[in-house]
Formats: sequence, structure tokens, C-alpha cells
Amino acid sequence: MEAVSTAAIEGSAGAGAFLDALLAVLFSLLAVVVVMTFAGLSVVAERKVCAFIQGRYGPNRTAIPVVAAIPFFGNFLKKNGLMQLVADGLKFLLKEDPLPGHVNKFWYMVAPAMALSPVLIVACVIPFGVYWIDGQIYPMSVADIDISLLFALAVSALGVYGAIMAGWSSNSKFPYIGAMRASAEVISYEIAMALSVLPVVLWVGLSSQTPLSLFSIAQAQGNLWFCITQPVSALIFLVALFAETNRLPFDVAESETDLVSGYHTEYGSFKFGLFFVGEYGHIVVGSSLFITLFLGAWSPFPGLSWPESWGWISAVLSLLTFLLKIAAMLFFFIWVRWTLPRFRYDQVMSLGWKRLVPLALLNFAAYIIFMAI
Amino acid sequence: MAIVVERKRLSWLERTYLPQIVSGLYITLKNFFKPKVTLEYPDQYTSLPAGYRGAPTLVKDSQGREKCVSCQLCEFVCPSKAIKVVPGEISADSEYAYIEKAPSSFTIDMARCIFCGMCEEACPERAIVLQTEFSLNGLSRSELLRDKRSLYAAGGILPDKIMKWKKVKDNSELEGSH
Repeated sequence: MEAVSTAAIEGSAGAGAFLDALLAVLFSLLAVVVVMTFAGLSVVAERKVCAFIQGRYGPNRTAIPVVAAIPFFGNFLKKNGLMQLVADGLKFLLKEDPLPGHVNKFWYMVAPAMALSPVLIVACVIPFGVYWIDGQIYPMSVADIDISLLFALAVSALGVYGAIMAGWSSNSKFPYIGAMRASAEVISYEIAMALSVLPVVLWVGLSSQTPLSLFSIAQAQGNLWFCITQPVSALIFLVALFAETNRLPFDVAESETDLVSGYHTEYGSFKFGLFFVGEYGHIVVGSSLFITLFLGAWSPFPGLSWPESWGWISAVLSLLTFLLKIAAMLFFFIWVRWTLPRFRYDQVMSLGWKRLVPLALLNFAAYIIFMAI
Repeated sequence: MAIVVERKRLSWLERTYLPQIVSGLYITLKNFFKPKVTLEYPDQYTSLPAGYRGAPTLVKDSQGREKCVSCQLCEFVCPSKAIKVVPGEISADSEYAYIEKAPSSFTIDMARCIFCGMCEEACPERAIVLQTEFSLNGLSRSELLRDKRSLYAAGGILPDKIMKWKKVKDNSELEGSH
């Protein structure tokens, strides 16, 4: 991937290829850390928000002995369930890792990695912020490729391979049905999702040379966020995103009432943990896509962006804005989950094919006509 | 015969499902900020209602006399056979020697007790009373075996208005009246 080096701008002429490569590694590590941290935090947030909505406190007892003794900070961590995160992670790591006798061992082992890795790959193309060098604006992404939107959509949909592999290799009926549902869902909603993005790309194409780049899409929202100019696209994308990430109300792939726990029924310990993190990572990446496409990326308010004249402060602020928006989106995801019941499988399918796809097509046609005029 | 339920025809907006989602989100958001109903148990205790059937205990009367006369009715009535009473005599030099009997040992196995309260109902002396203690735990079965001393320690004093065994001021007074 040659495009990776474009991100490592710091090492200018004299620094050489080695420094570029080093920076690229550092950048990608940072991207992974951001996604994984948010994935982890969203697990805690899920439990906390769910508890609050149901009138409970959620995890607030778990304490790591030494850390909990720190006067103010320790109690803060304990009350907010942040040490529960560590406990959960350790539990996954230390549990016995069972390998059922009836599974296809190779694919069974590969599937969890396959569920997680696309998420981390997509994280590389997302511009988490901006920075300026010599009056030139650069995105804070590992790889600023021209077709990053296409890349992100394509690779994030690969995540469903993890589910299919898991379902097939588990050699048991519930995972199999879960995997079938997951793939059907992703295929159906991928169409609506891609169609809903097209008007945005068209719009950006009016002013930019590279309308498929997430960075130029984000930049094009300097005046108005696309969720204001293209509300229908935003809505379709959001609904499709819920379906893509297998979240309630569309989580038919792992509906515990009829499928035990869907495609990862046969998994335990750390392999299950990978699926779990992959799922939340998918939500993080999906929300950052949504933010970049429709919520103005790193601009704090519609029509407002951090000024270039502030230099690196602006860069940090842009990053923080983006992260804050991710957090808000995660809250929204969780909030919706604990509000809506699960749709039936046939309802999900008919919503996808009979409502969203035609609506997305109509929306696309309307914007073509609008832009032609 | 199958009953056909008349369904209300939904308006266009209702069929998009979106206003309902928004109102649902609003409800859950309201709940989000409501005070929590959880009782953080080991730190907070709830107030128990009157008549709560906790652990059975032995009680003394307001004079500090042990009320149990070891009739063993509780032992017989106990459905889980948790109570074991060994009757004994009250020593002759005691102030209450005329009551004659008191348990020489009284054990309740809290691991067996089902908190039904039948012992309390059967007791003619109101000596065994179910009180509010509900958190009974131990590391072994023998720790849950409560002997007479610990039962009295848990029971305390029951201020009873009726002093069944209290002597009238003077027995001759009674004899003279009829």
C-alpha cells in the first residue's frame, strides 16, 4: 500500500524512507489504539447506559486492589465500572479455551481474527482530524487514499466473512443459521448503504477532484453538514449502519431468543472476546464513517471549523471533536439498542429490500436531477 | 372459529415507524436520568416489613428469665427437622425452680431452617420468635448450627405484657378469696 507513506508527512526531504515507514507504523498503531480503546469503552458504556435506562447502577463494584486505593481517581474508576473492563478482558484471557470436537478446526480458528481485522484495516483510512504544515492541510489518517470511502465500505463489509466462517465451521445449526442471517442482512443493507452515499459523492464531486476520498468529503462540509443538506441519505445510511453492525433492532444474526447467541455460539474465552471486540470495533468504525460522511467530521458545529491560524491547537481540537462525536454516536447506538425491540427476520429483509433500496434509489435520482439543474 | 382482530389502519407517518422510535427514545432518555431503584445491598439495608420471618431466635422475658420450658413442640412441628431440644431441669436453688423445666440444650440448624415460622406458632410460651436477621452465612455446616447461647444472644428480650409464670403477690391471698 504505497499510499500509506503520504500520511507520514513529518519526516520531510532529509528524513528518508525509514522514518516514513516508522511513522506509518506509529500512526497505524495509534489508529488501532483509538479503535480498540473506544471498542473497550463502549462495552462498559453499553452496560452502564443499559443499567441507567433500566433504573440500575450497572457495574460499580469491581476494583483492582492497588489502583482502587488511589484517593479520588480510584473511586472514580470503580464507580464508573472502568475496572470492570479490565476484569472482563482478563476473564476472557484466562478462561480455558475450548476447541469443540465437531468443528472445522482451521476455519474455526481463523474466523475470530477475520471478524476483527477488517475493522482495524478500515480504521486506517478514517481521517480522525486535520493538521496543517506550511499552509497545507492534511488528514490525520494512516492512509489518505483517493478512494478511501470505497475502501472503507468494501473492507468493513468483509467483517461478515468472520461471521460466515464461524457459522459454517462451527458445524452446528444455530451458528449456521446466525451466519446465514448475518450475511443476508449485510448483503441487503450494503446496497441501500452504498446507494445512500452516492448523492454525497456527487455533491462532493461538484467541487473536488477526489469525491471518493473521505478527506475531501469531510472538507466539503465546511459550510453545511451533509445530514442537513441530505437528510434522507443520512437516515438510510444510519439505518443500514445499524443493520451492518448487527445491532439491535436488526441483530437477528445473534438473537438469543431463537439462536442461542448466533454465529459465535460455539466460541468461548478469548475467541469469543475477539468477536465481541470486533463487533464493537465495527460500531466505532461505522460511526466514524457516518460522522465523516454526514456529521461534518471534525467541525464542532455546522458552518464552523477550527481555524488554521491556531496551528497545532486546532489540530488537537479537531481530533478531540471527532472522538467526542464517536462517543456521542456510540451512546446513540446503545441508546437505540435499549429502546427498540428486535425486528423479526422477515421484517428486516422486507425493510431492507422493499423500503430502503427503493428509497435510496429515489433519493439518488432526486439529487441527480437537483444537481443537473 | 378464528377471530379476526380489527387493526387500526396506520397513517403514512406511523408506517415509517420513525415518530414512534423517537418517542421511544425520549422515554428511555427520561428513564436514563431518573433516580435509580437499585438498593446497594451490603452498603444499604432495606427496612423490613412487620411480621418478617427472619431467623428463629430464643427470647427472654423482661425479667431476663428464659421463657422456653422445653416442651419440644417446636421440635415436633418443625417440617425440616432443624430444631433439636434436649429438656433439662431448672436447678432447685434457682428463683424460678417452680417452673421446673428449661432446655439443657437447644440447637437450630440454620442450613435446614426454611423460615416457615411454625415453631413460633406452636410455642405455648412465645419463647421462639422469628426475627429480622436474614443474612445467615458460614464457611461450614457446623457454623450454621446455632446453639442455645447464640440463639439467646440473637433473640434478646421480648417485652411481653403477659407474665404467665409470675407469681401472684401471695398465694394465701388467692386461697382466701374463694
